[in-house]
Amino acid sequence: MSAADLVADAVVKRFADHVAVDSLSFSVERGSFFSILGPSGCGKTTLLRMIAGFIQPDGGDIAIGGRSMRGVAPNRRPVNMVFQQLALFPMMSVGENVAFGLARRGISRVERARRSNAMLERVGLGGAAHKRVDELSGGQRQRVAIARSLVLEPTLLLLDEPLGALDLKLREHMKIELKQLQADFGTTFVYITHDQSEALVLSDHVGVMSHGRFEQLGTPQDLYYRPQTPFVASFVGANNRIVGRTAHTDGAIAEVATADGWVVHALKSGTIDAGDAVEVFVRPEVATLARSAAELPAGQPRHAGEVQSVLFDGANSAVLLQEERTRREFRIALPQTGQFSDLRPQEKVAFSFDPSRAVCFAARAGAAGQDA
Amino acid sequence: MLKAASDSRWHGRLALGLLLAPALLWLGALIVLPHVDLAVLSFRERVGPREYVASLAQYRTFFAEPLYWHVFVRTAVMSVIATFLTLLLALPIAWIIAKLARGRAGSLLFIVCLIPFWVSETVRTLGWMILLRESGVLPALLVKLGITAVPVELLYRDATILVGLVYTSLLFMVVPLVSSLESLDNSLIEAAYDLGAGGFSILRSIVIPHAAPGITAGCIVVFMLTLGNYLTPTLLGGKNSQWFTEQIYTQFITRFNWEQGAAFGFLLLALSTALVILGLRLSGQRFGDVMSRT
Repeated sequence: MSAADLVADAVVKRFADHVAVDSLSFSVERGSFFSILGPSGCGKTTLLRMIAGFIQPDGGDIAIGGRSMRGVAPNRRPVNMVFQQLALFPMMSVGENVAFGLARRGISRVERARRSNAMLERVGLGGAAHKRVDELSGGQRQRVAIARSLVLEPTLLLLDEPLGALDLKLREHMKIELKQLQADFGTTFVYITHDQSEALVLSDHVGVMSHGRFEQLGTPQDLYYRPQTPFVASFVGANNRIVGRTAHTDGAIAEVATADGWVVHALKSGTIDAGDAVEVFVRPEVATLARSAAELPAGQPRHAGEVQSVLFDGANSAVLLQEERTRREFRIALPQTGQFSDLRPQEKVAFSFDPSRAVCFAARAGAAGQDA
Repeated sequence: MLKAASDSRWHGRLALGLLLAPALLWLGALIVLPHVDLAVLSFRERVGPREYVASLAQYRTFFAEPLYWHVFVRTAVMSVIATFLTLLLALPIAWIIAKLARGRAGSLLFIVCLIPFWVSETVRTLGWMILLRESGVLPALLVKLGITAVPVELLYRDATILVGLVYTSLLFMVVPLVSSLESLDNSLIEAAYDLGAGGFSILRSIVIPHAAPGITAGCIVVFMLTLGNYLTPTLLGGKNSQWFTEQIYTQFITRFNWEQGAAFGFLLLALSTALVILGLRLSGQRFGDVMSRT
């Protein structure tokens, strides 16, 4: 592991009646893209603002580039931030916006113009220096906001959901652009978002945050294929959630029965004993769909269902089934072969999934009674 | 079809005309007509009983008599100083109301600024006199604290006039400043801070450019009010006040020289117009933008 650009050590922040960030420790490698993913109100913005220096932690320490940031004001930190609403200065031209930080460092006018023009060139906005901010499109403003920060060559670039305000198509495009920019510049990016697809696509590492703590910290692949908590399993990617009790456990695999008697099998995560309340998660693409049970892969427990609706979405098409006896909903991704393009509601089908690719957790407090 | 369309257009115009009528009447009867009459007055000279000729004599007198234009320049300079002091004092107040006070505290502070205006200007100014006159509260306090040996007369000084003018004008500066500071996105300030700017640099490059229309609007209103104020300079400055409005009053009421008074009135109007235009030029603002902020 190379040197860490950001180290948080037991950082705590309390507001009047709740703990926003609950003794959080993590480190971010130099040159990597790190995302903090969580629902709104999970404390991710508070964490980011503590790194930027706008709020002081109540406990613990944040070190940037190996230096403790205790008592260091935001304008003295080697950190720059891209704001959610971008916060470009409307009273200045694009060039002045980019040169703003350089001017504050007392760099000469000529040098400022040279560096800001070079930076605008690098983000594909060469020649836009004299434009007004409101003459730019959403994507161009985004790039100005990033250029304005990167021109200062910060150790760390913080991004506060910068894609949130863009429409879907532009957002997809900017995702790719951000990743390329980060690879080009090699600056360490810390990105916060509530959009799991942004976090998965962009990041080298993701911390999934909930109630001021990291539920899991790992690569996007880890989070997707090896979730360690039920929260991560349900928050990252689509998942079928089945709530029940373990009938008996057979080595690594648990047999789980729902209250109304549907029996499924899944890999145990953590210690689970017979009779425990559990949550089972099965990804839609893990399950196999067939018109007759004979076509299903051998050795997998078989289930029967009835098509409730077909959710056509190009490559992401899926079918929503009801398990035959319990009428519980189950979602299966449709294969790209077009084999099921004539599937109709009310059709009887069979399905199965590899129990070792489904995962089962001890139920969270208060979650056992709820159905997925 | 065509007739219906032209009918409805005619109705629209009639409605607009009726709605504007009170404002137009007010403007015409109370502002334009008296000014036309005053303009005519100012350009004539009395040569005998009920005998008048057109002349520039009234304006010539103004330039020939040093007292008149000394008072004129003094009024302008004092008004500019009062406006500037009001701005300096109002900016932090407006900042606190717009940015620091949350919810009810903000409106409470605003009301505190407003409360003095429930009392008439005369009573407020007399209040200052009670505080500042030789036998008043403040000189007595200074003696008691041992700062001065005998009670000092604090009235009838230029500084006293400025205090009174700033106090009277403060609200008219705070209101446009609060509204223009409220529209300043806090993330702009944070972004500037994040990019390495300090407090003064943020004020100069972010806050003031953003609030410029509000600042200009407040300055114009305060300057006009101060320049045209009669009561405060007269009561707090006494004979020393030498405010131009006093000269106008004297011509109309004491001397019964309406021609001279009318000419002075127009000179004051020209002065305030010229200084407002100069202020707009210097700050690079446009009158329309500024007025939409008040």
